[in-house]
Amino acid sequence: MPLLSLHGPLRQLAGGNAQLELDALTVGELLRELERAHPQTGGWILDERGLIRRHINVFVNGERGSEQTPVELTDRVEVLPAITGG
Amino acid sequence: MTELLVSTKKGLFVFEGEPGSSFELVARAFEGEPVEYALRDRRSGRLLAATTSPFYGPKIFSTDDPAGEWEQAGGVALPEGGEQALNRIWVIAPGEADGALYAGGDPGTLFQSTDGGASWELNAGLWEHPTRAHWQPGGGGLCVHSIVPWPGDAERLSVAVSAAGVWHTDDGGSSWERGNDGLTPRYLPDEVLEQLDLPEPPPEAYPALCVHHMERAPAQPERMFIQFHGGVYRSDDAGQSWTEIGAGLPSDFGFPLMVDPADPDSAYVIPLVADMDRVTPDGRVRLYETRDAGESWSPRGDGLPQEQAYLTVLRQAFQRHGEGPTMELYFGSTTGQLFGSGDAGATWSDVAATLPPVYSVSAS
Repeated sequence: MPLLSLHGPLRQLAGGNAQLELDALTVGELLRELERAHPQTGGWILDERGLIRRHINVFVNGERGSEQTPVELTDRVEVLPAITGG
Repeated sequence: MTELLVSTKKGLFVFEGEPGSSFELVARAFEGEPVEYALRDRRSGRLLAATTSPFYGPKIFSTDDPAGEWEQAGGVALPEGGEQALNRIWVIAPGEADGALYAGGDPGTLFQSTDGGASWELNAGLWEHPTRAHWQPGGGGLCVHSIVPWPGDAERLSVAVSAAGVWHTDDGGSSWERGNDGLTPRYLPDEVLEQLDLPEPPPEAYPALCVHHMERAPAQPERMFIQFHGGVYRSDDAGQSWTEIGAGLPSDFGFPLMVDPADPDSAYVIPLVADMDRVTPDGRVRLYETRDAGESWSPRGDGLPQEQAYLTVLRQAFQRHGEGPTMELYFGSTTGQLFGSGDAGATWSDVAATLPPVYSVSAS
């Protein structure tokens, strides 16, 4: 299954897991699976529309992905806060 | 001992002290994150805070101890699968029923809680209002920023929306009606305003009504005050119609407004130069107080910076504690100053001088 890596407060919300294996065919499905497995992550990465929040970056095997990006069994998916602030 | 909850661009700061003496910083929470609003619910003793992480979106948290763990509240979201997402929570206000709280946000959202803020539900009456498609946002978004219950009546509530004007409910939020007669948006052409003179103006005729802040006089609930986007107004009929009362102010533009609960004829505003120059006029920081319902205004600035002081005070950054001659007043600026008064605004002293930009202040 694809391997999802989490950083910052998302780890704590995911039960302290830095990495999780979740069954999904796209990044969007993977993030919804995360919410089902760990409801406290609900609303933190995907908004109500099902879109990845503006300042969250998702990488699939090191390349920027979107909700529709396909994920394979051996893919690494990483969720990172964007470089922003002030 | 007064507790001040100061919400800033870089977290929540909790101060304790007495007006006129030094305040001590006793806790900081949500370090580095924008905290829009925080208050202590005096009925439960719990603190609630609305945060807007630039990464993870708007949330409401609550705790008994601001230096300890905060619990995220459930239900602070728009319906899943829709076309909009919640952008920000602007304000949290206690309701009249036991455990009742309200939270106003963007886009034009009102949430309600019946369990002291642990869980929230979107008010469907306002969210699904048939005129919503015609509501226009102000510069800060389409925000529900003022929530004013009717003392002793949990069914009656008024909210103000920038820039969709004033709304009232008398059935607990099931239905909402406008209350905007007399509000005059000078920033629009006369032709737009003339449409409001029709016997029953269609929803699309309503202009953007940029209410900046609204308060109710608790001792006389029919009496309400508004700081408008140009204009200060009073209502004596529970917010159905409004009379302009800004004459005598150095500027009738500004954001915050406060009332003295002991005196329904009282109101305080903090004028800013104008909509294109949102700083204190003449480089002087002064509040203006009326004790005759807006017939006259008096400056209150003893102890506040009076030279080269060009401050901006946001709509939620002005708060009271108590009432009458010993009413405490506090306000913070976007340049990090925090001032306090223990004598209803007659004299002022510094509470803090170098905070991050202050978004809101509450006192208990």
